[in-house]
Amino acid sequence: MLKVDNLHVEIEGGEILKGLGLEVGKGEIHAIMGPNGSGKSTLSNVLMGHPRYDVTDGTIEFMGEDVMELEADERARLGMFLAFQYPSEVPGVSVANFLRTAVNSVRENELSVMEMYRLIQEKMKIMQMDPKFAERYLNEGFSGGEKKRNEILQMLMLEPKLAIMDETDSGLDIDALQVVSKGVNELRGPEFSAVIITHYQRILRYIEPDHVHVMLDGRIVTSGGKDLALDLEDKGYDWVRQEFGSAAQS
Amino acid sequence: MPEDKSIQELGLDEYKFGFHDPEDYFFRTPRKGIDPEIVAMISRHKNEPEWMLEYRLKALQSFLDRPTPQWGGDLSDLDFDEIYYYIRPMENQGRSWDDVPDDIKNTFEKLGIPQAERESLAGVGAQYDSEVVYHSLKEEWNNAGVVFMDMDSGLREHEDLVREYFGTIIPADDNKFSALNSAVWSGGSFVYVPPGVHIDIPLQAYFRINAENMGQFERTLIIADEGSYVHYIEGCTAPTYTTNSLHSAVVELIAKPNARIRYSTIQNWSHNTYNLVTKRAVAEENATVEWVDGNLGSKLTMKYPAVYLTGEGARGEILSVAYAGDGQHQDAGGKVVHAAPNTSSLITSKSISRGTGRSTYRGLLKVHEGAVGSKSRVECDALLLDENARTDTYPYIEIEEKKVNTEHEATVSKVGEDQLFYLMSRGLSEEAAMAMVVNGFIEPIAKELPLEYAIELNRLIQLEMEGSVG
Repeated sequence: MLKVDNLHVEIEGGEILKGLGLEVGKGEIHAIMGPNGSGKSTLSNVLMGHPRYDVTDGTIEFMGEDVMELEADERARLGMFLAFQYPSEVPGVSVANFLRTAVNSVRENELSVMEMYRLIQEKMKIMQMDPKFAERYLNEGFSGGEKKRNEILQMLMLEPKLAIMDETDSGLDIDALQVVSKGVNELRGPEFSAVIITHYQRILRYIEPDHVHVMLDGRIVTSGGKDLALDLEDKGYDWVRQEFGSAAQS
Repeated sequence: MPEDKSIQELGLDEYKFGFHDPEDYFFRTPRKGIDPEIVAMISRHKNEPEWMLEYRLKALQSFLDRPTPQWGGDLSDLDFDEIYYYIRPMENQGRSWDDVPDDIKNTFEKLGIPQAERESLAGVGAQYDSEVVYHSLKEEWNNAGVVFMDMDSGLREHEDLVREYFGTIIPADDNKFSALNSAVWSGGSFVYVPPGVHIDIPLQAYFRINAENMGQFERTLIIADEGSYVHYIEGCTAPTYTTNSLHSAVVELIAKPNARIRYSTIQNWSHNTYNLVTKRAVAEENATVEWVDGNLGSKLTMKYPAVYLTGEGARGEILSVAYAGDGQHQDAGGKVVHAAPNTSSLITSKSISRGTGRSTYRGLLKVHEGAVGSKSRVECDALLLDENARTDTYPYIEIEEKKVNTEHEATVSKVGEDQLFYLMSRGLSEEAAMAMVVNGFIEPIAKELPLEYAIELNRLIQLEMEGSVG
């Protein structure tokens, strides 16, 4: 599904990712955990094709296709999705209008007005959102929890093959976290893969990962099963630094 | 931005109404340029009363005496000697579209006017170069005593009314361009709505320049008598020529006590047109005047619709949206003068600049001494689509009365990389993402327009933006 090899990324001359490798199979859920400043958000933005980052070396393949030269919209049409940590506000554009435009952009055949209406209603129900929410302007004046729900709502609408979730759990109370997790589990199946990028293992109680990777200083320093997340919770990131810090520096 | 294309090529290629018909006119002034002989010739050709000829000649003097204004857009390329001031396309005005020559009729068909007339309008006027070639008013409104005709017919058929009000809101010597219009005016609309009559669907006038080096100087006077309501909509387009065209209109509105006038414009002149227009309204006691002003086309627009609130409780609203693409300068805004107690006003301006486009908000808010209890709010927002685009704000405020409440707010925002990336990550192309941000930005104004015009406004902006990113 996703294959990242030896990825080196710079922003404004400073190297953030230093030879990162990652392979995500079909139907797999991967968690990438790491302390602040380890390059997690850079990784999610680069995977989706943010123009601000310079990829200096390495490759990103999605479903066997090299996506390095593709714009974000082309990656979206291939089935990639990024749930943003800080989604932008777009004043004057309603959530419903945005969802319609987005869904029809990634689909080969446009949905009829009625199909679209039903789809929005259905997915909003899963996310426990008030139908009035669809008329609000995109992310304008949304609380942190509303923004994250809205991100997952978009994911349910677009039905991507691969979702990258950039700290979707941060700043959520336990109720919101459960709703967001429910949204992700809704899509879980043999055709859906996800990369959950997080600082805390809390969300992994609700979305059980197949693989856990630990990221430090622009690289993945160790990988394991879901137990690795629990170890990390017990021992903390200082343990990771002691254990793998020298390797990351070398 | 594609760097390898010239600005002019980019700007002009995007304009979708730049076609023109062969120039096959009934009468044209024998030469370009303006002088007393040309003015007298126009007046004689129209068989006007002597007082109008005198009015025109006096206005010509004031046009010639006044220097070209330097405070606004760049007018250095506008040559008054290179313009035809009067072209009459056909001998007599059509009462049905079948009376209109095929070329002209087809042009208006392409612009969708006859269809709009059938579906959603109370009356239509269609001006082609200097004269109104077609005019209609639905019988229902005719029977209610509504007058809607071209200004020349208005002068012939309602001379007393015209003589009483013509040039009283905008005197000929108000500014250089009102003087020019007053000297050579032709066409435009004359509207009178009797007391208490509410025209519930809009009247529309459509202005089309066809000939090259043409100056169009329509003149509009709308009188809404006590307690009446009218919504008047104007649209405008022109062919794309390499030489300049000039459009310089004067529009006067009078809202009698308790009347309401809404005047909406979607200006989409070709990018070789100077659009220098004076629009002013008087709102008497408890009357309301609303200007909804969309400026998309033209090379340079200078237009600041004004409302003078002369009666207690009067209200003025100006909603202005401007789009300045490559090579365009939209110098627009609004003026409100509070001259009576408990009057209120709202100016909302939204401008979008792209490429080398420049948009300027220029506004005046004046509150006279004694206008106690007046309220005013001015809000101007500018959106820049890229690094080279430019916006300026000149909000003049003169308050002579203490017991008033005025607010002013201005914002400038740029379409950010993160905003575009967010929308593109959902499958929208860069162009669609940009258009979505722009449509969202003008949404507060679009929702004030009747639905079909809001759609038209969005569509026109999308057309202007096509090929603007990449």
